[in-house]
Amino acid sequence: MPEKLNIEFNRETLDLVNKIIKRYPEGRQKSALLPVLHIAQAENHGWLSSETMEYVASLLDIQPIEVFEVASFYSMFNLQPVGNCVIEVCQTGPCMLKGSEEILAHFENRLGIKAGETTADGKFTIKTVECLAACGNAPVIQVGTEYHENLTTQKADDLLEKWQAENKTSHTNPYL
Amino acid sequence: MAEKILLKNIDVPGLASFEVYRKLGGYSAVEKVLKNFTPDQVTSEVTKSGLRGRGGAGFPAGMKWGFIDKKTNNPRYFVCNFDESEPGTFKDRHIGQLNPHQLIEGMILGSYALGARTSYIYIRGELFYVLRIIEKAIAEAYKNGFLGENILGSGYSLDLYCQPGAGAYICGEETALLESLEGKRGNPRIKPPFPAVVGLYGCPTVVNNVETIAALPWIINNGGEAYSAVGIGNSKGTKLISACGHINKPGIYEIELGLPVEEFIYSDEYCGGIRPGHTLKAVVAGGSSVPILPANLILKTAEGKPRLMSYESLSEGGFQSGTMLGSGGFIVMDETTCIVKNLLTFAKFYHHESCGQCSPCREGTGWMEKILHRIESGHGTMKDIDLLVDISKHIEGNTICPLGDAAAWPVASAIRHFREEFEEHVKLQKCPF
Repeated sequence: MPEKLNIEFNRETLDLVNKIIKRYPEGRQKSALLPVLHIAQAENHGWLSSETMEYVASLLDIQPIEVFEVASFYSMFNLQPVGNCVIEVCQTGPCMLKGSEEILAHFENRLGIKAGETTADGKFTIKTVECLAACGNAPVIQVGTEYHENLTTQKADDLLEKWQAENKTSHTNPYL
Repeated sequence: MAEKILLKNIDVPGLASFEVYRKLGGYSAVEKVLKNFTPDQVTSEVTKSGLRGRGGAGFPAGMKWGFIDKKTNNPRYFVCNFDESEPGTFKDRHIGQLNPHQLIEGMILGSYALGARTSYIYIRGELFYVLRIIEKAIAEAYKNGFLGENILGSGYSLDLYCQPGAGAYICGEETALLESLEGKRGNPRIKPPFPAVVGLYGCPTVVNNVETIAALPWIINNGGEAYSAVGIGNSKGTKLISACGHINKPGIYEIELGLPVEEFIYSDEYCGGIRPGHTLKAVVAGGSSVPILPANLILKTAEGKPRLMSYESLSEGGFQSGTMLGSGGFIVMDETTCIVKNLLTFAKFYHHESCGQCSPCREGTGWMEKILHRIESGHGTMKDIDLLVDISKHIEGNTICPLGDAAAWPVASAIRHFREEFEEHVKLQKCPF
């Protein structure tokens, strides 16, 4: 995984951040924290380092602790490094009824890792998640901002093959 | 059903675009209101309609609007709760993805009624692809003069924005949502004060569910009385039911409230029956929080009356033999389902989603998950079953927000109706399924 040393946003991203800040009343720029953390995570290999969070704090003119306490609350924010492509497998009731355990086991076997782990080449991480609100098309997985629904082991294989071939990353700016 | 209110045009290609929505009569309610209605008249129509909050609580929408503090000089806010996360519930995504302008039109109507000049749609972070669709639709509405300064020359101005969450079920609780929208952890606030008095940024605020807001254009176009003529008893209008699990046709269905449950499950118009070769065992009728009912009690009340899809009928018999309409997340289980295992996934969910503020919920949800895991994996004792009931009783009613109740009810109801299945796990020292 190439390390990006510069965590600062480029001009285009800064413009987006400033546009978002203007959505809230004067002095309420902290409201932009969740949107900006989503962007910061996507631009920094899918996780939020202390340095990234300090940078976000400086952008919004708030204390770093205010960013840490929020980032550690929401499950979409990763506070540890993850693979290039994070596969999030729903495990809640409705997906379980339709075979999500088999889907999870299949990804685990194919990639040789357990949920919560990253492959040695840094390409894939498997994460279990709670209900993705797509229960009618269970079982469901999420990769970045994509949902893949009505999953079967065959579909999982096809997706893995495709992702391997295209060196898939799930870390793209969700606003774009 | 005579006419669909929410999903009437949902299959029209390109409905998400302003052009198609407008061609089908979209934004006519905004035109009507800005020309002919005072804000209070809009509220009055909504009150007359009998529309109830579709997020799960079923609180009358007009009454909720009526609580807004109009005496202060502070700005007022209208916020859409699109944090759809209750297991089994996937109806709001359907509207946001396919008919975003209906939601936007509803947001304009509600904002006008409440006197809001800035409104937000708070959508769960996982649905960023839906957020992008809504933002595109918002941009079109601005371009066509339905948002922004001086809408249609009426003098009324409104800005509307989308705000993503980041993976926290608790943010569907309205005060947690407001905290999150302020850029904080999603910890529910102590009520009172209610958001109608002290809400977003300390200002008067109303939070409504997507489906509630999406019903507003129809109510304005056709009148509150026309809406209240649909449905049954105090369950007015139509409701989206998202059906999943072991049925032939999982999906999102708009039903007139009062439809018999049996018809909903077995008719080809709706769920199309249980998957071939299997029989109905149990249903969670209103999202994971509401009490589970065995087949006999979901189809008929304890007195033998046909059970209807309505607030009143589903809750008939209290929690002894009834349940709730809730969010309309309808989870159907056939005879292959292990009730303990299904419950374990719910317990894990609530443990994961507890914000941690109140100890009964923070600790209790974890204990329930552990004990259920023990029973499911064959290491449980008979005492564990009573212990679960005891813990659930100590959580219920003892927390700041309803997440505690939502975690307790599934456990208590599963043991109430399927105790022998828990006992069998203990006796066999393994899961019988």
